[in-house]
Amino acid sequence: MLIATSIALFALGLLGVIVRRNVLVMLMCMELMLNGVNLSLVTFAQQQATAAGAVLVLLVFVVAAAEIAIAIPIVLLLVRRKDGLDLDAYAELKG
Amino acid sequence: MSHLLALIVVLPLAGFLLNGLAGNRLGKAFVSTVGCGLPILAFAVAVKCLVDLQAAGGAPRIEVAYTWAAIGDSLFEIAFYFDALTAVMVLIVTGVGSLIHIYSIGYMKADSSYARYYAYLNLFLFFMLLLVLGRSMLVLFVGWEGVGLASYLLIGFWFEDPDKARAGKKAFITNRIGDAGFLLGMFLVYQALGTLDMDRINAAFMGTSPPAVSASLLGILLFIGASGKSAQIPLYVWLPDAMAGPTPVSALIHAATMVTGGVYLVARLSGVYMHAPEASAVIAAVGVFTALFAATIAVAQNDIKKVLAYSTISQLGFMFVALGVGAYGVAIFHVYTHAFFKACLFLGAGSVIHALGGEQDIRKMGGLARRIPVTFATFAVATAAIAGIPPLAGFFSKDEILWYAFASSHGGSPLLFAVAATTALLTAFYMFRLLWLTFFGRSRMTPEVEHHVHESPLSMTGVLVVLAVLSAIGGFLSIPHYLAPMLPLPEVAHELEYFETPLVVMSVVVAFAGLAAAAFVYGDAGARAEALRRRFPGLYRVLCGKYFVDEAYDALIARPLYWISDRVFLRIGDRQLFDGTLHGLAALGRRTAGGLSRVQNGSLHLYALFVLLGIIASLAWGWRHG
Repeated sequence: MLIATSIALFALGLLGVIVRRNVLVMLMCMELMLNGVNLSLVTFAQQQATAAGAVLVLLVFVVAAAEIAIAIPIVLLLVRRKDGLDLDAYAELKG
Repeated sequence: MSHLLALIVVLPLAGFLLNGLAGNRLGKAFVSTVGCGLPILAFAVAVKCLVDLQAAGGAPRIEVAYTWAAIGDSLFEIAFYFDALTAVMVLIVTGVGSLIHIYSIGYMKADSSYARYYAYLNLFLFFMLLLVLGRSMLVLFVGWEGVGLASYLLIGFWFEDPDKARAGKKAFITNRIGDAGFLLGMFLVYQALGTLDMDRINAAFMGTSPPAVSASLLGILLFIGASGKSAQIPLYVWLPDAMAGPTPVSALIHAATMVTGGVYLVARLSGVYMHAPEASAVIAAVGVFTALFAATIAVAQNDIKKVLAYSTISQLGFMFVALGVGAYGVAIFHVYTHAFFKACLFLGAGSVIHALGGEQDIRKMGGLARRIPVTFATFAVATAAIAGIPPLAGFFSKDEILWYAFASSHGGSPLLFAVAATTALLTAFYMFRLLWLTFFGRSRMTPEVEHHVHESPLSMTGVLVVLAVLSAIGGFLSIPHYLAPMLPLPEVAHELEYFETPLVVMSVVVAFAGLAAAAFVYGDAGARAEALRRRFPGLYRVLCGKYFVDEAYDALIARPLYWISDRVFLRIGDRQLFDGTLHGLAALGRRTAGGLSRVQNGSLHLYALFVLLGIIASLAWGWRHG
């Protein structure tokens, strides 16, 4: 049941990243994916009775927090430049 | 163990490096001192070696300078070998070489590339000494290629003139053809004997159990190499063109030393050729035919250096006749006398050209005898020497060649003698023709040229005098006798010995007959020569055109090669096959990249979709195979 929830969370997040154009929504969907992974990690840690999974969850939290701390300012700068949250406006940055 | 032999070789190399690297900065006096001093020093060391050799009773001196490579049991050494034959060659090379270096001081003094000239000349001497001193065929081959290089550099010395540069290339490429034969011969001998040391090769062939290789095949392969370097039919075509270089170069390289390399090679490997009657017969036939062929061409040439060039080819033919009939010492004897008189002739010609401000056409000379007396006197002595007038040097060596061509038990025959004697007659004729047209009769010079005629400086005339004296008395030193312990003379059948005196008389008569004929034809201001030309216009045209051999080579070899290179190799092979394949591959890459680059359009959503698809695909794969 918990595994199914975590898979659903991850899939929803992924879908959101793919279909939504709003940068903030995409970031939130990525958080959703991370949380889906976290959920599966604690579930497995519970099932296997090991602490490693639970520890890893803490690590993921830290990484996610750091990531958001970097991502939000980037988004802010982008918004200032193009006056909008639509990511497709930046498609011309291709190499 | 002292390294005297290595010293002989290294001295000119030092000269090359000094003059080549620093010559231009240090001035002409320095260049002349180094350029002439080191060869003279090498000559002195060679004399010392000869004295040592005599003191040691003729036992060869062997010096290993450096081990080049050791592969398994095979040692490839840079070793020098000095015996009587080497001694004669080294003394000719350094002696005549030094004289020509000295002569060049006067001849080249106005040239802007003075240091480069001496650097090349010293480089040539280095390689030539490597050639004659090398013990192994490998070292000899390095020298062999090196003299080819130096010859190329010096023929094309005035490379601003495309004709001269082309002559240099022609010499180099023609020699390559011969070198292919030489290389094959070397491979063959190494495969059969496992050594390239020439004394060991000779010993192997002279020993009781002959090696399992055909001496004739080996002999002919090596002779192909020799015929390239020594300008024999069919590879002689480069030598007349080689006259494009400065005249002292023609004297040193294309008359006195380098072109005798082939003769030296055959004489050095006499052990092989003694057991190769077929190869010897080929050599004698090619030699005598070349001698006659070149002599007939020389009769109709009008360029003073061209006459001498064809005469050189003809004399080299004589040397090969001697080699072919097994008289190796006699061939070296002719190398030795030829070095003196031909160097003298070429340098004399250089002096004439110098006096006339660059004129080489003998039709525009005449009457020079009183104007440049020293050049005339020395030229006359050398002419008499090459024509075989006794008691000058050429008489002795040529007479011995004729004698062995007739009487040698190793392939001598009356036919060979008859052709050689005819050639001797022609030689006397065309040489005296040259003398007559250049120095006697009325002047045919333009007034402007005539006004400037002057005798050459002492550094040139002095050398001419020395060489003329050597051409006069050099024949009294019996080289064949000196070399006999290592190069025995062929046996002569008893019943033929009665012919010896008549043959000597005959060769003297032949020489004077040539002289008389030339005097008769050219003595009366050219009227009789003109009449002769009128009577045989076709023959004259063929001789003047040198039998059109160059044209024939062009049509039969060069043009088809051009055609194949252009049509087959360039248009089909290179442009279509190689270029086509490469261009096709490049276009394929470009098109694929163009298609794939559409995927990378900057849209994060698309990338994320690809990630999703990737995850699904890998999961599916893992599920099916896990």
